[in-house]
Order: sequence, then structure tokens, then C-alpha cells
Amino acid sequence: MAVNDMTKLTLGPIAYHWSTQTRRDFYARVADEAPIDEVYLGEVICSKRAPFHEADLPATIERLERGGKTVILSSLAEVMLKRERKATADLAAMEAPGIEINNAAGLFARGKRPHRIGPFMNAYNEATIAWMAGRGATHVCLPTEMPAPAIAAAAAAARELGLGVEVQVFGRASLAVSARCYHARAHGRTKDNCQFVCEEDADGMPLRTTDDRPILRVNGIQTQSESYIDLLPEAGQMIVNGVTHFRLMPQAVDMVAVATTFRNVLDGTHSLIDGEQALRKLCDGISFSNGFYHGQAGYRRIAAAAAN
Amino acid sequence: MSLAELICPAGTPAALRTAVDAGADAVYCGFQDATNARNFPGLNFTPDELAASVAYAHDKGTKVLLALNTYPPAGKVDLWRQAADTGALLGVDAFIVADMGVADYIARTHPGVRLHLSVQAAASSPEAIRYYCENFAVKRVVLPRILTIPEIREIRKEIPCEIETFIFGNHGLMVEGRCSLTNYLTGQSTNMDGVCSPASDVEYKRHTDGSMSSQLAGFTIDCFGADEKAGYPTICKGRYTAPHRSEPYYAFEEPISLNLSRLLPDLVEAGVHAFKIEGRQRSKSYVRGVVSAFRQAVDDIRAGREANIADLVALTEGQKQTQGAFETKKWR
Repeated sequence: MAVNDMTKLTLGPIAYHWSTQTRRDFYARVADEAPIDEVYLGEVICSKRAPFHEADLPATIERLERGGKTVILSSLAEVMLKRERKATADLAAMEAPGIEINNAAGLFARGKRPHRIGPFMNAYNEATIAWMAGRGATHVCLPTEMPAPAIAAAAAAARELGLGVEVQVFGRASLAVSARCYHARAHGRTKDNCQFVCEEDADGMPLRTTDDRPILRVNGIQTQSESYIDLLPEAGQMIVNGVTHFRLMPQAVDMVAVATTFRNVLDGTHSLIDGEQALRKLCDGISFSNGFYHGQAGYRRIAAAAAN
Repeated sequence: MSLAELICPAGTPAALRTAVDAGADAVYCGFQDATNARNFPGLNFTPDELAASVAYAHDKGTKVLLALNTYPPAGKVDLWRQAADTGALLGVDAFIVADMGVADYIARTHPGVRLHLSVQAAASSPEAIRYYCENFAVKRVVLPRILTIPEIREIRKEIPCEIETFIFGNHGLMVEGRCSLTNYLTGQSTNMDGVCSPASDVEYKRHTDGSMSSQLAGFTIDCFGADEKAGYPTICKGRYTAPHRSEPYYAFEEPISLNLSRLLPDLVEAGVHAFKIEGRQRSKSYVRGVVSAFRQAVDDIRAGREANIADLVALTEGQKQTQGAFETKKWR
């Protein structure tokens, strides 16, 4: 793979309800050890979880910045209730650090002040990206389900406008969000009396078909892919096509090692084959997929093209 | 009191005429391509069919709303722009849009045609709705099916546009426009291709014990006993197992229809301007029955008469029905 130390590695916001202590330890390690350039913080999935982590936020930001990371705060994907509207408006009012918006309510509150566009914002095409750029967007994370030709066309348009372009290259894909909490439902509860049962599943609650095939993961109101996306083999092509940032989504595996693996392959110090082997080992028992990128069923794993 | 318009599905020219004759205030339809979220084989309109249909509808005083409510992937935006140009040329009364790029194009190119914000845009707060109103002059928002009536009433006070809500038909429970479940299993995207659980990927398998499983792209979505009626394999209405559930269960929702008949008067009182009936994939006789029944009920409510709600409830009799999120937060 082409050496490219300009391409930035980012760490997406934690999608799960990890405990406060787990988060502290996680970000401390990321700050000290992970070759990650930018870290997205904040609760994106469920507004009920946010109060558990808000108190820690300033210290976490400080810790990560001390470790040389750029910190960006991500906004909620779903905004409906008063507390969600307030959280979104409060975030949009911030001067620093940078913010990533995941709902049009955030765009409304932010106005033309600079911001990033999150993966829930449905920036699928050059017309939408141009519109967003005209309203203050400086960076766009493309929807996870976009195929390679659309990624290339979107990236070309975004670069022309001076925007950073980000694609998720590791971790479970977000496949749906709902107003209903499926974690609560699985335990015979409702969202309002969930008792934060989602905390039990650090990597999502697995659903299997009636003939025992793993299919999806439940994370509160979010439904995720059973497989982890792994686009390490496709990274070289994406760099050529103008993608500037690669997003790793935090999963319950050694994320520092995952980031190191990506960085080593991107920098050309390790071969792709070694990198893929390392990822396999780090994610024991997890299936990998890249179907979305190749325009096929998202769960599929398509063999890398010879060019890689 | 709001006008309480009745917005009816038209999957084919024949269904459109049926809905118009049955008393629809407006019909909604789409072209035979990825520009709308019901891009199913055998459905939708050619430009010629749409031209004739607009004439038929307008002759009877019915409006035609064109759904351009999918998200163009980069490199394919022209298809959506051409669809908008064609729709404007043919005199449709409004475009139903979700993508900001598409909305921006129409607002600039066809400022004389109303823009409605599709449920696919997932605008569920006053701020999100106002973003689209202020930037694209959106005149009406189709609200996601996740809000309670008190919440709708509050939103109504804070937005400068009309509200349309679904009242009958398929009960989508994922936030529309944010769902890639179908793409994950089939490779066809709801957002980009207008496809949800496509029939071409559906298979029913009979097992030796008489049970039947319904599959989508080879994944078993549900399994039915010999005496049960097998349902269509929609991913979010399937039965799965989970660590805490000893038996397969409907992890998201049961196969169930939305029927807000009983809530109609409350919705009118909350200030909802238009009621949407889902079902562009449904038959003419379905359209005729449902539209006629709701026409009568809405007329009664408008006139201050007691509506015969029992008839509407009976439309889904024998099937499971729900008032979904609209009645109580407990649905969540």
C-alpha cells in the first residue's frame, strides 16, 4: 500500500453504554498510546445515558489534548425530547472544541458557524455536501452504507470545497435508529424504565435468527451490524480517491492495537497481509465485512482486488 | 380546526384514479426509479402516465404530490433533478423531498412548486423542521411515526409549516431515512435505491415438520407453525433470539398495522393539517375501501359530527393493529 502519513485516523464516539470507569481507562490509554489523530466524544445514541459521562467530559478532553489528539464533540443522532433539544442547542453554542452534528436540529442551532457533518446526517452526494459547505460545514463523515463510486464522487466534490472527508473503516455499522429502545424491550421494559440494562452489553446485544445465525446487534435505540466493517484492504484506494480521515468505531476489543495496526499499514511499515492478520487476531470470533463499500449486501466480505 | 386533508397512496395510474374517485384530497406517487422510496417492480408512473394522472386528478379537484424522497448517491444526482424538472413541467402540486441537495435544487429551480418534507428526512423536533422551512421554504412536514399526540401539539406551536401524519397502514418503527437494514442483507439500499425488503430476495421454505420459514436474502426472518399464516419477511418485524430470551421474539415490533382511527379527532384538535394513508404497494380495492372509509370519517369530524370510528377500526380487523407511538410513551 502507498505510504500516506497525511491520512488521519479518528476514533468515533462510543456507541455503547460503557461505565464511567471503563471510559476513563479507555480514553487514558487512547491519549497515551493510540496513534489516533482525532477523537470524537459525546453521547450520540441515547440522551438518557449522557448524564453519566458529562461530569468527566472536561477532564477527558484535557487528557486527550495533552496526548496530542484533536477532540470533537458529537451531537445526538435523534432529537425529539426537551432534554435532547437542549443538549443539541448547548453543544451547538460551544466555541471549542470542534463539534460534529448528527441531526438537523443541530444544524439549525449552529447556523453558519463552523462544524463537522456526522454520519447520521445523510450527506450522500455532492449537491448536499455543497449545500452543507455553504452553511459552515468544514468536514463530512459519509454514510456508512455508501459504495465506492459514490464515496469517490463525494470525496472529490468535498475536497474541491476544502472539506475533510471521513469514512468509517472499522467497527459495527449503525444500521438503524428508532424511538423505541430494543434493549429495554428485550428485558420486558420500556425506554422510560429501562434501568440502563444496555450497560450489560459492551459490544451490543446479539440477535440470532431462529436457525441460529448471527444477524444483528442491539444497542438501545440503535440497531447495528453483527459484523465489524473492516476497510483496511480498501484504504489505499480511498486515499487515492480523496478520503482524508478514517474512522475507527470503538468496540470491546483492544482499540489501541486496532489503531496501531491501521496506522502501521497506512504508513507502509507493515504489509496489508500482516495488518489483516493482526486484526483477525484482535477480533477473535468476530466476522468482518466490506459489502457496503463494494455495492453488495453489507454483511458480506468481498476479497480484496489485486490492486491492493 | 385544521383542514384535515386526506393524503392517499397511488402506486399505479389505476390506483390513483380509484383514490381520486374515493375522495382523496391529494394523492402521492412516484416515478419508476430510485427517486422514490417505493421503488418496487410493477409500481409507479412513467412521465406520460403521470401527465394523464395529473390531468385526471386536477379535473376532480385533487392534488398530486410527487415523492422524490430518497437520497441520491454522489454521481447520480441528475436523475433526481430530471425527475423534479419533469414533475414541475407536468404540473404536480408539491414535491415530497428528504435530501438537502434535492430540496435546494427544487427551491432554486422550481420556486413556484410547494415543497413537503418527507418522513425520510426524520425531522422530529421544531428546530429540525425549522431548518428545512427557513432554508428551502418547506410548506409541510410529514412527521416521523415516533411522536405522541401531546408532542405533536407542542411541535405545532413552534413551527411555521403544516403538519402531515401517517394514520393508517404499514407501521414503520425505525427512524425513516436512517435505516440500512435492507442494504445490510440484500445489497439494495432503502435510502439510495428506494428498496425495503425486496420481493426478489424473499423466499418461503417449508420444513419437514410442516413449519414454514420466511427468508430475506437467505436469512431467516421469521418461522411459522403449520397452522400459522406466514408473514412477509420484513427485517424489523422478524423474530430473533437474544441471550435473555429463551424463545424467539419480535425484537423490534410485531407484524402489525398502524391504525389511528380512534385518535382522529385528537389529531385534528392537535392541529394536524393532513392525514396520510400508507400503501402505494396496495391493491385498488384496498385503496377504495380505506380511502372511502376515512373520507366519511374526516368529513364527519370536519362537520362536527360523531365519526363512525368502528368502521375504520374494522378495516384492520383480524389483523394486529396498533396506535404505535401516538397514544403513549410506553410504546418506546
